[in-house]
Amino acid sequence: MIKVSTERDLRLDLFRGLALWLIFLDHIPSNAVSWITIRNYGFSDATEIFVFISGYTAAFVYGRAMQSNGFVVATARVLKRAWQIYVAHVFLFAIYLAEIAYVAHSFENPLYTEEMGVLDFMKNPDVTILQALLLKFKPVNMDVLPLYIMLLLWFAPVLWLLLRSPSLALLVSAALYSCMWIFEWNFPAYPSGTWVFNPFAWQLLFVFGAWCALGGAQRLGRWLNSPVVVGLAAVYLLFAFSIAMTWYIPRLGAYVPKLVGDAIYPIDKTNLDVLRILHFLSLAVITVWFVPRDWPALKSRVFWPAIVCGQHSLGVFCLGVFLSFAGHFVFTEVSNRVYTQVIVSALGIAIMVAAAALISWYRVIERQGPGPRPPSSKPGYAGGDA
Amino acid sequence: MMGRLAFLLAMLVLAGPAVAEHPAECRVAAHQIESIFPLPHVAVGIAAKKLNVLVLGAGSSLLPGATVGHEAYPARLQRALAEGLPGVEVKVATDVKPKRTAAEMVKALPAALAAVKPNLVVWQTGTADAIQAIDPDQFSQALDRGINISRAASADVVFINPQYSPRTESMIALGTYAENMRWVAVQQEVPLFDRFSVMKLWADLGTFDFYSATKKLDMAERVHDCIGRLLADLVIEATKPSEPHAEGGR
Repeated sequence: MIKVSTERDLRLDLFRGLALWLIFLDHIPSNAVSWITIRNYGFSDATEIFVFISGYTAAFVYGRAMQSNGFVVATARVLKRAWQIYVAHVFLFAIYLAEIAYVAHSFENPLYTEEMGVLDFMKNPDVTILQALLLKFKPVNMDVLPLYIMLLLWFAPVLWLLLRSPSLALLVSAALYSCMWIFEWNFPAYPSGTWVFNPFAWQLLFVFGAWCALGGAQRLGRWLNSPVVVGLAAVYLLFAFSIAMTWYIPRLGAYVPKLVGDAIYPIDKTNLDVLRILHFLSLAVITVWFVPRDWPALKSRVFWPAIVCGQHSLGVFCLGVFLSFAGHFVFTEVSNRVYTQVIVSALGIAIMVAAAALISWYRVIERQGPGPRPPSSKPGYAGGDA
Repeated sequence: MMGRLAFLLAMLVLAGPAVAEHPAECRVAAHQIESIFPLPHVAVGIAAKKLNVLVLGAGSSLLPGATVGHEAYPARLQRALAEGLPGVEVKVATDVKPKRTAAEMVKALPAALAAVKPNLVVWQTGTADAIQAIDPDQFSQALDRGINISRAASADVVFINPQYSPRTESMIALGTYAENMRWVAVQQEVPLFDRFSVMKLWADLGTFDFYSATKKLDMAERVHDCIGRLLADLVIEATKPSEPHAEGGR
């Protein structure tokens, strides 16, 4: 049986918090500030960071629960978490409906007759809403939570195996990923197509995160500190950066050899392309190289805003999706000048931090207060959620 | 990213030579309409003094309610090509219907190719696929098929990607489809008319207000006029005998 470490790694909270900020910035369409986010400089984006760290913390929190309270209790808690995320997703969908109904009512322009076709689904809300509840109809930027739900639904048996034979669990996960590529497995979506984030693919990163939490990171330690690995990671990041530049400056594309272009395109986000995994791993290697676990600055006030967001990821994520809707609304109704975009982006992040601080404060008073539950009943929640 | 880039490019537009003879509002950075791939079949047509173009498209290649003199970009493309290629008989035919996905257009393509016998297929697509959330792989495969069918019929292809539509941006996930289009274009060496970035640049420069709600056609007409002209520039540029990187300091 693997021993689950008891000390929370603040780096995880920090980078999950940063990933949440980046996802928020990327989700506001036409946001000049999203120029700074990592997806513009390589193959992977904040989603990889979020899924990996979510896997890591899920194993950390529920692994301890499974060891101290047994399989049934841990499973029940994982499923409860999946339910909470489902409820959060449906709540966000309601907000989305409100937004789209408003646009349908207020906007008309002959230039955009084709684009307004997106509102057609409002004509039969019975089907659309039902499909949304079944997680088959997912509006733009609302694909991460359904992925998270699916990952948690099968997480309990995965965790059971991870605690007994981590390498076997990781192998099974990799086998599932390979089968997905060979047999083209994915869940169907509505009105057509498949899930934007294929759970059969993205589970690999989630399980890899969990594997790292359960001792994998220590086993990799020797490799992570090797200058050769760090050098390779740096070279790969540079390669991805050069390719990314050809997306914005088409004439640079002429310098990409046809062989390379044929080999790398398309870079498949739905099925978590190997290029994206490698890019994420390279980022992780470089990050671990520069930011040691016991880095004193992690406890400083400078990083607190990101860390507190990372510690309450579900609430902050949902708020981020809502704020990105609201931000887009400000752009369309008030102003879309660059300074507005900067203000909206900064304000959004400030609201996310404030909300995370508020959730922290609630946790503290709930623990102090004369509530019906003694604090020991939820040890897994100490220091944040999964 | 694109926003910031657009501002840099706007500076370039103001500093560098503007696209000649166009209304000032059409001006965009030269690189957005440059083509790094040649159009051999178009060059053959120009040499033979007869250029046939087929516009294959969906709703954003139409202007609902437009009358003669106020048409969508295909008619304007014909005028601009005729102006830019004196002595060449230019004919632009259209196969345009709203809400068609790339795969649906490919199905209609052989008949249209047989009827028009074009030297060039201008293919506007992507929006309907994004709205209907077509599997991006199937979208890319449809693009590949369309290119192969066109080339087998001795026609070059130019892609036009989706419009920049700020109001519906949070509802239509164009990203994947625009990316796949760009990748197919690079792999198949097809010039891409980056309508999205051109329109985004106009929005950033304040040339057009794409947020405005109106039933009037005037802005839509001016946008289509510019698109027709810029498209003609791209086509003519791609058939010039000089190497495509000759102009502009690098």
